Amino acid sequence: MWEQIQANRRKSVVLVFASALLLAALGWALGEYFGGRGFGPYGIGFALIVWGIMTLVAWFQGDQVLLAVAGAKKIQKSDLPMLFNVVEEMTLASGLPKMPDVYVIDDPAPNAFAAGRRPDTAAVAVTSGLLKSLNRDELQGVIAHEMAHVKNRDVQLMLFAGVLAGAIVMLAEVGLRGMWFGGGRSRSRRDSGSDGSGIFAVLAIVLMILAPILAQLIYFAISRKREYLADASAAAFTRYPEGLASALEKIAASPRKLASANSATAPMYIINPLKRTKKMAANATGTHPPIDERVKVLRAMSGASFADYEASFRQVTGKKGVVPGSALADEEAGSAPRTRTEAPEDPLQRERARQVDDLFYKDKGWQRIACPCGTTLKLPPDFEARLARCPKCGREHPAG
Amino acid sequence: MLALLIPLGLIVVVIVWVVGIYNGLVRLRNQVKEAWAQVDVQLKRRFDLIPNLMETVKGYMSHERETLEAVTQARAAVAGAGSIPERMQAESGLAGALGKLMVTVEAYPDLKASANFMQLQEELTSTENKISFARQFYNQAVMSMNNKVEMFPGNIIAGMFNFAKETFFEVTEEEQREAPKVNFS
Repeated sequence: MWEQIQANRRKSVVLVFASALLLAALGWALGEYFGGRGFGPYGIGFALIVWGIMTLVAWFQGDQVLLAVAGAKKIQKSDLPMLFNVVEEMTLASGLPKMPDVYVIDDPAPNAFAAGRRPDTAAVAVTSGLLKSLNRDELQGVIAHEMAHVKNRDVQLMLFAGVLAGAIVMLAEVGLRGMWFGGGRSRSRRDSGSDGSGIFAVLAIVLMILAPILAQLIYFAISRKREYLADASAAAFTRYPEGLASALEKIAASPRKLASANSATAPMYIINPLKRTKKMAANATGTHPPIDERVKVLRAMSGASFADYEASFRQVTGKKGVVPGSALADEEAGSAPRTRTEAPEDPLQRERARQVDDLFYKDKGWQRIACPCGTTLKLPPDFEARLARCPKCGREHPAG
Repeated sequence: MLALLIPLGLIVVVIVWVVGIYNGLVRLRNQVKEAWAQVDVQLKRRFDLIPNLMETVKGYMSHERETLEAVTQARAAVAGAGSIPERMQAESGLAGALGKLMVTVEAYPDLKASANFMQLQEELTSTENKISFARQFYNQAVMSMNNKVEMFPGNIIAGMFNFAKETFFEVTEEEQREAPKVNFS
């Protein structure tokens, strides 16, 4: 497994390095444009400082910020036993050293993401919509996918790549705005200055426009590759590719958009929380491969191993494989898929939905009254009557 | 002088080599032990869940005496098992008996709908899953250990220091195939 992580990282490092060069070039362009000829190196220095600060913040605060932005709430086993159990199971299956913290986001859009730089300080977060719409096997597939991101160190890599892309976008934006508003001064300075600066100016403008686009393309390219690998790992962990496949279908079919996601956090999620176009091609602007392709690859697997995923991937997409050879080589034989006998309709689903709702009742200002007959009355925050009647036994309770 | 140094050097090389293999064997054996401990935790958890399960189920399933008794007996067999291979056998039996019980439960909608049972069912499902995942790691560890013990030159060192092959924890085919799909609609 470690070898596989290394191999994938190497490829990604090349891409990250390309982004870094782009950042330097942009810095140079900014320096040349605003500082005048010869100020390029200072621009590079400035760009690096900006990037350095952003990286430090992301490194030490990234997880917390990400979880806070998403509005995630940490849960205990007693809150949602099934979710907690599934995470425990996948911790065992993936061989992570420590079970990640479990968070729930109160959002009807079904989605999930993983956070955490290191496998021993990781966290997985799922939305309440996901918990309500998936059955146990599907949830297991989704959690396995997220744990694979942690195990493959994708979270760490995406953090670096994301910050780099973010820094480039930010600097380019500053540069372009500077051109509109404060550009006059520097232009006049340059006009009175040396010849040939016109070419530099044009070059700088082109760079400022192109750099953010390129940076995002690179970021998306890294992200897409990772999604396939995480799918392959999830199939191997659960030994049940169908679970993830049908979960992806359900998530994709939901028309809801995740309220708390933005373009910076989008690649962290199991499917792109922002774009909801049905026929999204596997083009350069998607953070995730098209869902139907991911589902098709999973469904066409004859077993549950990396080798099976690889074979299926080649067959479905006609492209070169995503799983590095080293992972195929050291994989042990006999990871046959589990046979399942579970009924498609999950009798525990309603119970689970109730638990999920309970989790956020207090946050939303709902009031709970325990009736002596055993029923629990739940009153919404806009409940105005003075008394609430128990629907079962007819007792009346004071409300508010 | 040189005539003395060469054999001495050779001896040192051989000793270092033997120590290397020996340490490798110890590491593998510890890995197997640790992997078994992981399995053991989950097996114990299942063992502890059963009395509670029986208590919950009993009231609803008075006509299923045999099925219930089979589980109780299988549990007793686990408690009585001494060596690890014996234990594995008993655990397999228990898994089979529990599987049968869970299939029978399908015929009792009231039981299935009770909150207590739902909770137990979730715990049991999860524990079975954890057992199977932990078992996978255990079997991998056993495989590496056994390869080293059997293959040259590991087999020589293993024979000198009494490293034995370990037992795989296998689920009997019959029991896994048995759980049939029940449809009462």
